[in-house]
Amino acid sequence: MRRRPTFLLSILSFGFAFLYVPILSMVFFSFNASRLATVWGGFSTKWYGALFANKQVGEALLLSLKIAIVSSTVATILGTLAGIALVRFTKFRGRMLFSGLVTAPLIMPEVITGVSALIFFLLLASWIGWPSQRGFTTITLAHITFSMVFVTTIVQARLLQSDQAIEEAAMDLGSRPWQVLVDITLPVISPAILSGWLLAFTISLDDVVITSFTTGPGSTTLPLLIWSKVKLGVTPDINALATLMILCVGIGVAISGVVMNRAEARRLADERLAYRSQA
Amino acid sequence: MGWFHRRGWRDLIIGLPYLWLVVFFLLPFAIVIAMSVATKTPTAPPFSFGGAQPWVNIETYHRLISEPLYLRAFLISIVNAAGTTLFCLLLGYPMALALTRVSRSARNILLMLVILPFWTSFLLRVYAWMGLMGKSSWFNAGLTEVWNWLVPVSWAVKSLPMMHSNFAVVLVMVYTYLPFMILPLYASLERLDPTLDEAALDLGSRPWQVFLDVTLPQSMPGIIAGGLLVFIPAAGELVIPSLVGDASTPMIGRVISDQFSQARDWPMASAVAVALLALMVGPTMLYSHYQARAEGAK
Amino acid sequence: MADFLRIEGVSKSFGPFQAVRDVTLSVEQGEIFSLLGGSGCGKTTLLRMLAGFEEPTSGRIFLDGHDMAGVPPWSRPVHMMFQNYALFPHMTLEANIGYGLRHDPLSKAQRAERVREMLDLVQLTPMAGRKPHQISGGQKQRVALARALARQPKLLLLDEPLAALDKKLREHTQFELMSIQARTGVTFIVVTHDQEEAMTLSDRIAVMDCGQVQQVGSPTEIYEYPINRFVASFIGSITSFEAEVLARENGTMRLNVPDFGAEITTRDGNFAAGAKVTLALRPEKLLISKDRPLGNAVQGVVKDLAYFGKDSLYRITLASGASVQAHAVNQRRGTEAQRVADWDDQVWLSFDPSAAIVLGA
Repeated sequence: MRRRPTFLLSILSFGFAFLYVPILSMVFFSFNASRLATVWGGFSTKWYGALFANKQVGEALLLSLKIAIVSSTVATILGTLAGIALVRFTKFRGRMLFSGLVTAPLIMPEVITGVSALIFFLLLASWIGWPSQRGFTTITLAHITFSMVFVTTIVQARLLQSDQAIEEAAMDLGSRPWQVLVDITLPVISPAILSGWLLAFTISLDDVVITSFTTGPGSTTLPLLIWSKVKLGVTPDINALATLMILCVGIGVAISGVVMNRAEARRLADERLAYRSQA
Repeated sequence: MGWFHRRGWRDLIIGLPYLWLVVFFLLPFAIVIAMSVATKTPTAPPFSFGGAQPWVNIETYHRLISEPLYLRAFLISIVNAAGTTLFCLLLGYPMALALTRVSRSARNILLMLVILPFWTSFLLRVYAWMGLMGKSSWFNAGLTEVWNWLVPVSWAVKSLPMMHSNFAVVLVMVYTYLPFMILPLYASLERLDPTLDEAALDLGSRPWQVFLDVTLPQSMPGIIAGGLLVFIPAAGELVIPSLVGDASTPMIGRVISDQFSQARDWPMASAVAVALLALMVGPTMLYSHYQARAEGAK
Repeated sequence: MADFLRIEGVSKSFGPFQAVRDVTLSVEQGEIFSLLGGSGCGKTTLLRMLAGFEEPTSGRIFLDGHDMAGVPPWSRPVHMMFQNYALFPHMTLEANIGYGLRHDPLSKAQRAERVREMLDLVQLTPMAGRKPHQISGGQKQRVALARALARQPKLLLLDEPLAALDKKLREHTQFELMSIQARTGVTFIVVTHDQEEAMTLSDRIAVMDCGQVQQVGSPTEIYEYPINRFVASFIGSITSFEAEVLARENGTMRLNVPDFGAEITTRDGNFAAGAKVTLALRPEKLLISKDRPLGNAVQGVVKDLAYFGKDSLYRITLASGASVQAHAVNQRRGTEAQRVADWDDQVWLSFDPSAAIVLGA
C-alpha cells in the first residue's frame, strides 16, 4: 500500500492518545502542590519525598519483590519443563489433561483461581495444620501456579520454531538425553526462558486479585497497599508512585528495545557476511 | 524417536510440572466443584456434606437460578464483557492494521508504546482513569463543557456522572484490555500475504472491498483469539467494578467474592464460580480450537 | 569386506502403516551405497533405523558383525549428516565439529588436533570461529560433514545431501563428497530421491518403492539392466510397449510388437515362447534416419521436437498411434533446414538388438 492510510493513522493516533492521556495526566499531577489530585495548585515534588519516607510503601515493595523473585524463578523452571514436555513428547498418558491445565489459567477469570486457592489453603490448614497462617508462602505458591503457564506458552512457541534435528544430531554424535538437554535444548531456548522469567516476574509483582485472596495478616504486597489506598480516593502520593513505576518500566522497555535492535542489526550483518563468503 | 523417551528421564520432565499443576490447580478446582454442592454451616470451616446420601445439596444451584441477584449479576457481567470486547475490537483492529502499514522502524517504536502500558501496573492504570473521571478533574470539566454546549439548557450539568457506573466499568476495561486485543490481531495481520491484496486490486476491487473480502476473513483467527482473551477475563473482573463500578449492580466476580468473605457462604460462592466457569467453557473450547488451528497452519 | 553392514528382513510399521517391508541388503566396507526412491518409499525410515532413532519392528541390523538391536544412537559407531545440517546455532564451527569428540578417550590437545584436521579436510579453516548463521549453505553442509566424520565412524549416513544446494554448487559438492570418501575410506550410505545424484555418487544403488527394495546394483546395472517396470521407468526416460515372444533361437529372441506392426529381434531372455512381455527402449538408444536401415526398424512421424542446443528430444508417433521418445545428439552443425528430422517428417527409428530391454508383463 503506497498510499498514506490517513484513516488508519488517525485512528492509531486516537488510540495512542486514549492509552496515554490518562497516564500523562497522572504523571503531571504527581507534581501538584495541592492535595487535590485533579486540580492544579502549583509545582511541587513533595509527594515524592513523602513517598520515600513512607515505611509502609517500602515494606510492601520489599515483600512484593521477594515474592516476585522466588515465584518467577520456580515458575520458570516448572514452566520450561512443561513447555519441553508438550513439544518434544507428543504422546503420553494424560497429555490432553496436561495441555488443558496449562492453557486454563491463561484465560480464566482470576477471581475463580483466587477463591479456589484460598479454599484449598483453608481446608489444608484444617486437615493437616499447614499452612497455619497465610502470607508469603501461600502467595508465592499461588503466584508460581498461575505464572508458570505463561512461561510454558513462551517456551513452547520458541521450541516449535527450533529444529528438532539438532537434538537428534547431538544424540547421534554421542550425547545422552540429559546431556542433549543441557548442551543443546536449554541454550537454544534461553531467550525464551529469559522472557518467560521476566514476564512471570512482572505478573507476580503486579497481581492484585489472587494475592488478595491468598494473603494473610501482615503480608501486604505493594499492589494490595495501593488498592486499599485507592479505594479511599485519588491522592497525589499514589500519582508519584505511579510515575516512578512507569519510569522504571519505561527505562526497562527502552533498554530491551535498544538491545533487540542491536541484535537485529548484528544478525543482518552476519547474514550479509555469510552471503559474501559464498564458497 | 525411541530413545529420548527413556522412562525415568521423560517422567521427570513431564511429572514435575504435572504434579504441581494437579496439586495446586486441579485439586483446588475439584474442591470448589465439590464445595458447590455442600451445605453452609456456622462451623469452621463453614461447610459440611451433611444429611443423608448422596450428601449433595443442590440448593445452591437452585438459588442461583431463582434469586434475581445472581441472574442480574451474570447478565451485567456478560453485557459488560461483550461491550468491552466490542469496543476493544472497534478500536484495536484499525490500530493493529495501521501498525502493519507503517515503516519498519516506526513500527518497532510504536509496538513498544503499545506494550508499555501492559507492563505498568494494572491497578495504577485503573487509578489513572479514576483521576480523569472524578467530578473535579480537568477531563470531566472539559467534557462537561462540551456536553453543556451540545445539549439544550435544561439538560446542562455541573459535572458528568462518569464514576460509579457501568459506563465507567466498560470504559476502564476497554482501557486495560486493549493491548490484549491489539497484540494477537497484529500478529495475525502481520502474517498476511500483501500480494493477495494486490491481486484483488488488480482484479478490480476497491480498497474497502479488498478489506472486506480479503483482509477481514483472513484475520478471523486473530479476532477470535483477541476477542476471547478479552471477553473471558473481563466477565469475571473484580477490581475494576469494585473501584469504578456501581455497587448496586455488582458483576459476577464481586458476587463470588462477597458470598465468600462477607456472607461466609462457601457453597454458594463455589456454585457461582462453577456456573461462571460453565458459561466460559464454550468460549474457552473455541479458543483452544482456534489456537490449535493456528498452530497447525504454521 | 562384504557384509560390513547387513540388513536382514527388516520391517518397520507405524501403527497400521508399513513404512519398510522386509528389506534385506548388504553393504561393503568403504563403498558409497545409495537408497534411491520417491517420497514415502521408506528410504528415510531405513536410514533412521541405521542411525538408531527408530527400532525395526522385525528383522536385524548387523554392523561389522555386531547386532544393533537395542543400541541407542549415542552408542552406535554411526553418524549422520542431516538434511538441513542441524548445526548447533549457539556454538562456533569449531565447537560444532568437536562436539562428539568429548565422548572419545582423547586428550584436549588431541581433540583440538582432530578438529583442525577436519576443518582442513573440508577447507573451512579460516572460518573456525564463526557461528552457523554467519556462513553460507554450502559451507554449513561441509561443517555438517566434518562434524559427522570427526569421530571416524564406521558408517556415515547422508540424508539428501545435495537437495538444498543450487545446481552449480551441487556438481562441485558431488565431487568433493566422493574425494573425501576416497580419502577417509568411510562407508557412506546416501538417501536421495534424485537419480542423477545417486548415479554420480554411488558405487551401488538400491532402488526402493513402497517400503521394498526393487533392485540393487551398480548405476550401470540399474540403468541398462532394470529388472522390473518400476526401476526401468524410475531411472531416466523410457518408452514401453506390449509384446509377445514368438521364438527363441541362437541366443536371440524374436518378439512381435503390435504397436510397431513388425517383428523385432532382441538378446535372449528368460521367457518362454508365447509369453506376454514388455519391450522397453531408452530414447538415446534409438537412431533416427530418413532411409530405412537394416535390423530392427519402425516408421513414424515427428510430432514434437524439443531443441536443447547440444541435443534434441523427439516425440515420434507410429502408424499404430503409439508415441515413442527418441533422443539425438546434435553432432552436425547446421541450420534448421539441414536437420535430420523436423516437425511432420517421416522418419525411421532403429535400434540394436542389445539395446532392447525385455521385462515381464
